[in-house]
Amino acid sequence: MKQYSDLEFLKLSKGKKFLYRLASFFASIPRGVARFFRNIGLFFKKIGLGIAGEAKDIALTFKEGDYKTKLSFIIMGFGCIMRGQILRGLMFLLLEAVFIFYMVTSGAYWLSMLPSLGKVGPREVYNEVLDTYVYEYNDNSFKILLYGVLTLFFIFAFVYTWRVNIRQNRIAQSILSSGKKLRSGKDDLRSLVDDQFHKTLLALPLTGILVFTVLPIFFMILVAFTNYDGSHDGYNNSLFHWVGLENFRTMFSWNAGGHNYSATFGEVLVWTLIWAFFATFTNYFLGMFVAMMINKKGIRLKKVWRTVLVLTIAIPQFISLLYVSKMFAKNGLVNLFLMDMGWIKEALPFWTDPTWARITVIIINIWIGIPYLMLIATGILMNIPQDLYESSKIDGAGPFKQYTKITLPYMLFITGPYLLTSFTSNMNNFNVIYLLTGGGPTNAANSWASGSVGDTDLLITWLFKITTGAESKYYLASVIGILVFVVVAVITLVVYNLLPSIKNEEDFQ
Amino acid sequence: MSKEQKKALEAQGREARRHMGLKTSRFISNFAVYIVLIVMSVVWLIPFVFILLQSFRVESTWQVGYVVPHQWGFDNYIALWNSDFKKWYLNTFIIALVTAALQTVIVLCMSYTLSRFRFRLRKALMRFMLILGMFPGMLTMIILYRVLKDLNLTQAHAVPGLILVYVASSGMGYYVSKGFFDTIPKSLDEAARVDGATRLQVLTRIILPLAKPIVIYTILTAFMAPWGDFVFARYVAFGTSAGYNVAVGMYNWLNLDQIGNCYTMFCAGGVIVAIPVTILFMCLQKYYVEGVTGGAVKG
Repeated sequence: MKQYSDLEFLKLSKGKKFLYRLASFFASIPRGVARFFRNIGLFFKKIGLGIAGEAKDIALTFKEGDYKTKLSFIIMGFGCIMRGQILRGLMFLLLEAVFIFYMVTSGAYWLSMLPSLGKVGPREVYNEVLDTYVYEYNDNSFKILLYGVLTLFFIFAFVYTWRVNIRQNRIAQSILSSGKKLRSGKDDLRSLVDDQFHKTLLALPLTGILVFTVLPIFFMILVAFTNYDGSHDGYNNSLFHWVGLENFRTMFSWNAGGHNYSATFGEVLVWTLIWAFFATFTNYFLGMFVAMMINKKGIRLKKVWRTVLVLTIAIPQFISLLYVSKMFAKNGLVNLFLMDMGWIKEALPFWTDPTWARITVIIINIWIGIPYLMLIATGILMNIPQDLYESSKIDGAGPFKQYTKITLPYMLFITGPYLLTSFTSNMNNFNVIYLLTGGGPTNAANSWASGSVGDTDLLITWLFKITTGAESKYYLASVIGILVFVVVAVITLVVYNLLPSIKNEEDFQ
Repeated sequence: MSKEQKKALEAQGREARRHMGLKTSRFISNFAVYIVLIVMSVVWLIPFVFILLQSFRVESTWQVGYVVPHQWGFDNYIALWNSDFKKWYLNTFIIALVTAALQTVIVLCMSYTLSRFRFRLRKALMRFMLILGMFPGMLTMIILYRVLKDLNLTQAHAVPGLILVYVASSGMGYYVSKGFFDTIPKSLDEAARVDGATRLQVLTRIILPLAKPIVIYTILTAFMAPWGDFVFARYVAFGTSAGYNVAVGMYNWLNLDQIGNCYTMFCAGGVIVAIPVTILFMCLQKYYVEGVTGGAVKG
């Protein structure tokens, strides 16, 4: 397509400008995709080069090292101890001892079982003493997978520590040969609250994240490649094992055992995106509108209006959501009241009709979300330089023009990243959907799908229903989780690459 | 009167009329805004007023088509006292208190470090956590449950288990307070360092006193979250009433088979849960607003 210079672009009419922008966005997609893959390539190249560099450095250290350094390749911390850095050396030695002890006592077992996820399942065995068959539990696939992964983490950590140990030797050697003194144990301890303070501070949070977030996510990604479910729980009834890409094939096939998973997934995904779109933008614009109303000149009791709205944030969501959900139920307050008044004959199908349910959910979400957005928008609106409004007034701009030309661009400029995160978190907005509708009304066409998908089910609530349902198809939940990740990551990537362009265009500061 | 004078007078009149017009139009628009605001306030408060009113209803315990009770009384609150609610309330309170304390420490460590220190892999670490955040957290519930079960921290012992999980993964939520620390000028740190303070002393003597708003914001949000956590708490307690928090326990009251007996009790429970949290929130509102607005601007 034809590229315009800035000057040419400004000469275009409004419609043409829009078309040009749209066209250039689509034209940039192939380039963006290419860049994405090139970046991946570069990433791996960097890693490869890094590893090669490390190997070279290690070899060099060994070649040029004295006997202390050379022995440290086997006995970690040997060099440190011999050079007087007792504390450091003992730490290395201790880590090595613990690692070897762990690997010998259990790590090796878990690792050796990891490829098969257990060989002997639970079975009935003849017991001579009791003269009867007893049920015997054997390998535990779940534990094998969990501890196998953990062992891999340990090995990785050990290799890293070993590498640090080698580097320490090299550094110590070069320091000593230049005639300087090494740091003592006391210096080391002091550095933990000084120039190495970040390590002290991060140790606890990162351990927590590693154990309770990274490890579980890694584990669950692996589960997507097994047949772990309620009837293969890995211990009590049957082992589970690796199935390769089987689960993904099921998800993407049009006919897996008479069921069409990809159509169901598509339906739920489309509704998830529609929901996220409306939930984000209705709240955004209405919240901004409310904030502007409260900020309007001449409106009194500003504090009171704000407090009323903020009050609703304070009350735990489960109370308000559950209460409102029951209010609109078939025999809930609203319907009973309307019927008592004689205004309607039959209960309105707030939660039983798919379209009603979807619209009601979005409307109630507005009720939930406006207070937050009002707070955010108030803060930002107050920061807009007032002279912009004054000068635009002199130029004859009305309130509407001021809104579209000043307020809105400013808000979008500031809150662009916020909009993105709120879109993705709305995609995963479990509470609102689950507490209001529980995913219902049930959709007859999809009731076969594990966890029986309802019409307001988001991917995340579907996932939850699968894991808690009777069949507990964990592997399916895992596949959905990975797909959710892919969708969120793609949206984030695309929007982030678009954001700078928005910034440049709207840059009026 | 000369022609010019006449003209000037007319112009004056036009101006005055225009002014009047402006005034009336502003009056009308303000009036409209007031109407909208009043309607909004009513809509936003209605459910809470309803909950409050219905919690005092004596004549029936199920859903009815009117709001103001025919017969007032404390029956629902007494029933609440005689149920497991006390235990759930205590559970939630303990969880909220301990989580608030520990989580604040963790979040502050994380955000302060990422804001102030420039170390190798800092960028990579932040990007990694951003990517981690894109995985639905729901997914990890299954394994966390199994791990907690192995540690014997589920069902009746759900309280320590929940605290452990809440606190351990809280480091991921560092964004808002990092944004705050970014606004404290670095020259303060440098000046103190020049005077010979260690990094630890910089943190405790200089940064923390300045960071009071964000500390309060973190404590407040950490304290409020457990009151509403429903999914994971239900998963971990797994049908054992002694391990429920209020959200899980009260959710069950609104099940189809219980709602007939427990609807008004739910309302009473809602009031009891909402009052302390709301009071605390209203007292610390200022800090919350600062955190929320700051967080949005930083992205």
